[in-house]
Order: sequence, then structure tokens, then C-alpha cells
Amino acid sequence: MIQTELAIVGAGPAGLSAAIEARRAGADVLLIDENSRPGGQLFKQIHKFFGSRAHKAGTRGMNIGTQLLKESEELGIRTCLKGEVCGIEDGQNLWVVIDRNRSEIVKAKKIILATGATENAVAFPGWDLPGVMGAGAAQTMINVNRVLPGKKVLMLGSGNVGVIVSYQLLQAGADVVAVLEAAPRLGGYGVHTAKVARAGVPFYVSHTVKQAFGTDHVEAVEIVELDGSFNQIPGTERILEADTICLATGLTPLTELAWLAGCEFKYIPALGGHLPIHDDRMHTTKENVFVAGDITGIEEASTAMEEGRLAGINAAAELGYINEEEARIRSEEIWDSLNCLRSGYFGQKRRESKDLMLHTGNEVIQWKIH
Amino acid sequence: MNRITNHPILDQEKPSREVTIFVDDKPILAREGEMIAAALIANGIFINRYTLHKHKPRGIYCAIGRCTDCIMTVDGVPNIRTCITEVREGMRITTQKGAGAWQEEGQE
Repeated sequence: MIQTELAIVGAGPAGLSAAIEARRAGADVLLIDENSRPGGQLFKQIHKFFGSRAHKAGTRGMNIGTQLLKESEELGIRTCLKGEVCGIEDGQNLWVVIDRNRSEIVKAKKIILATGATENAVAFPGWDLPGVMGAGAAQTMINVNRVLPGKKVLMLGSGNVGVIVSYQLLQAGADVVAVLEAAPRLGGYGVHTAKVARAGVPFYVSHTVKQAFGTDHVEAVEIVELDGSFNQIPGTERILEADTICLATGLTPLTELAWLAGCEFKYIPALGGHLPIHDDRMHTTKENVFVAGDITGIEEASTAMEEGRLAGINAAAELGYINEEEARIRSEEIWDSLNCLRSGYFGQKRRESKDLMLHTGNEVIQWKIH
Repeated sequence: MNRITNHPILDQEKPSREVTIFVDDKPILAREGEMIAAALIANGIFINRYTLHKHKPRGIYCAIGRCTDCIMTVDGVPNIRTCITEVREGMRITTQKGAGAWQEEGQE
């Protein structure tokens, strides 16, 4: 058995930021991640982040990852890698399977779940062929593992993930044959979209994949135009040569541990589906259990880091390392920063959805715990 | 080979030690510390397993350990997620058929 004051599940941007704040305040922290290296998905993000300078805008995701790891090392944060959290009990005990050979019970006073998200799938005939993969999967292969999973790639989805990964595939030496978008207009930030367009990649709005052809691997893709109700228009099919289809069609929060913990959920489609209800301290309806990052709704690494800091500060406050007043003031500063990140054309909808969650959380959780 | 050697943003890759792993008894060269799935792609291997009922090929899908499409039998243990498992010198990897089978220790 391992004892700790604060156990954090997931060493991505949210988990690392939470660990740093809580450790800095004096709490004993154990950071658990199933991967052999910490950093979550930061190291595949080789592009510069958006936002203001305070949000590390203009810095590449991978460099933010390096900074966070350096801080966490300097603070001497205990990290358990290759540790898969398979169970959670009473909001205090975690069952961690380590390296397939042994398992440990971690007894914690507080737990922060920062488990992140996984990519959505799209089913079409042939979608199970080797060569069809998440856009993030291709991004991991090219930027972290430095191998090219395909040479002629079709990207389905023109949101930020779709256009950023398309550009990075070009940088890695692949040919992007087209970017498809089911909606009638493109979904990503203009600056990322423009870079891909300038490279000569054709964009098809109101289009989707009808089917993929191949026996042991994708060899070609049939695309089709969609009408205003997203129905395929017969006769508009055409065939493109491609060996890889990347799906950039959104993400779903990884909420299994929050369900297991007994957290109450709220359905907010704009943030990715069923989400653990939390208040403005990132506390869930389950005593001692906090959440941060994509598990609370799909956003970006910049918001995940701020939410992680919120959870870390407030968990440390509950442990008695930060007084209530200080925790409140620091939380308010972070909320200002989050509201700033959640503004503008792309942020407004997330802001509204997050406000809805907070409204619910602040109501339900005060009633429950205090 | 499918390794990315020149990249406009990423540093020149530090040359890491090469290790030999065996895929269906054939030796291939991998880089120390890399994930099995990456070593396979570098060597042009895109099929990790065949499904139980329809025997259809599967390759990597999520590459972050969530979807289990890339599972293979590694050193006699089936259902290993190759996208988050590092290679080791002399590792023996088998293209998995269906649910796979545990191989007795010391069979080699």
C-alpha cells in the first residue's frame, strides 16, 4: 500500500499543473500515469499555442510539456509511471495495476482525476481497415514516435485537430490528399487552415467518406457530397487514392473513473457528452474527488492547465496547506484567466456550457457537502 | 523505411541504440525505448492482429492505449497494447489471432 495526501490520475497538462500547485503549497503528491513518460498529449503538439502570453501563447505544446516536467522534477513530485488506475473506492482508495506484474492500493486523502479524452470514431464501410486511425494517433506517430503511418492521407474533419495534424503530416513528409468537412463551412482557426490551404491541399466542405477500399490496408477512399441535412447526395461520389484516413471528428472525455467513484453527471453535448458535475473549485459531487482538464469537457491544453491549477490549489486548501481566503483569491484569478481563454468566436460556446456546469455544480455540491 | 529523419520543427533525432526484436520469428531493428507499434510501422508492418470471428486485419487506431486495436502477443502474453509498450532487446512479438493464447513460460 502507498499512502499519499493527494493522488492525481493522469500526468498530462491538467494533472501536472495540479501536482505543481499542490506540491508547491506543501502537499504530499503522487502523480499516476499509465504511460512510460509523463506529459500526456503535450509532446505531440509541436505547434504554437494560442491565447495571451500569460497563457503561454506562442510557445509550442512540446516545450510547455518540457517546462512542466522540469518544474515537477524540481519540486520532487513523486510519479508512478506505467500505473493503470483500474479502481476507485470511497473517493480515497485507488487500485493501480503497475507494469502488468503487480498492483498497489494507493490510499489518498484527496484525488484529482485528470484522465483526458479519447478521439471519436466514424463508422463507414472499411473503417476498420489498417490505415484508418484517429488524427491524434497519426500525430503521435509522426511527432512523438517519428514514424510515418502513411504517405497519402485523407483527413476527415476540418476543425483545429484536422488542420493542425494535416499541416504536421506535411511537415513530416506525407502528402495530404484532401481535408473533408461534413458541415457547409470549415471548422478550424483561420491561421491553421490557411497554412494547409497554401500548401495546396484541397478542402471539400459538405463532404464525407462513403467508404474505404482495400484488403489488408486502405488503398482508396470514396467520398461523397452531403446535402443540408447531412444526407449523401447520390451521383456525387468520387474516388481518391489514399493509404490512410485520419478521423478528426471530435473527442470524448475519459470519465470511467468518475463514474466508478460515484460522481453525479450532467449531459452537455457542446463539451463532449456526459461530464462529472463540478463546482468552481473543481470539486465533484463525491467528497474528496476533484476533476480537471478534458474529463470536465473537451477544450484545449491551455484551459486544462488552468483547471489543473484550480484543482491543485483547492485540494491543497482542503488538506489545510492554503487558507480558505487565499484559495478563494487565487481561484478567482484563475477563473478570470479561464474566462479570457473562453472568449471570442470559438470560446463563447464553451464559456456558456462551462457556466451551465458551474451553476449546477455550485448549487448541488454546496447542498451536498457543506 | 518509414522513419522521419528530417523535420523542420523537431530536432535531429538523437541516435538511440538499436535493438533487435522478433515479429512472427523474423528479426527487425527497433530503437531502444520506442513503442512496439512505432517499430512495426518503421519496418512497414501495419497489421497487428486479426479479429476473432471474421479474421479481419487491424492496425493502430488511437495510438494512446485506449482502443486496444493494436494488441499483440508479446513474450507469450496476449493482448498487449503495442502503442504504449516499449520494445526490449530480444522481445518476441506475434501477430495476434482472435483473443490470443497464453504461451507457456520456458517454451522457447
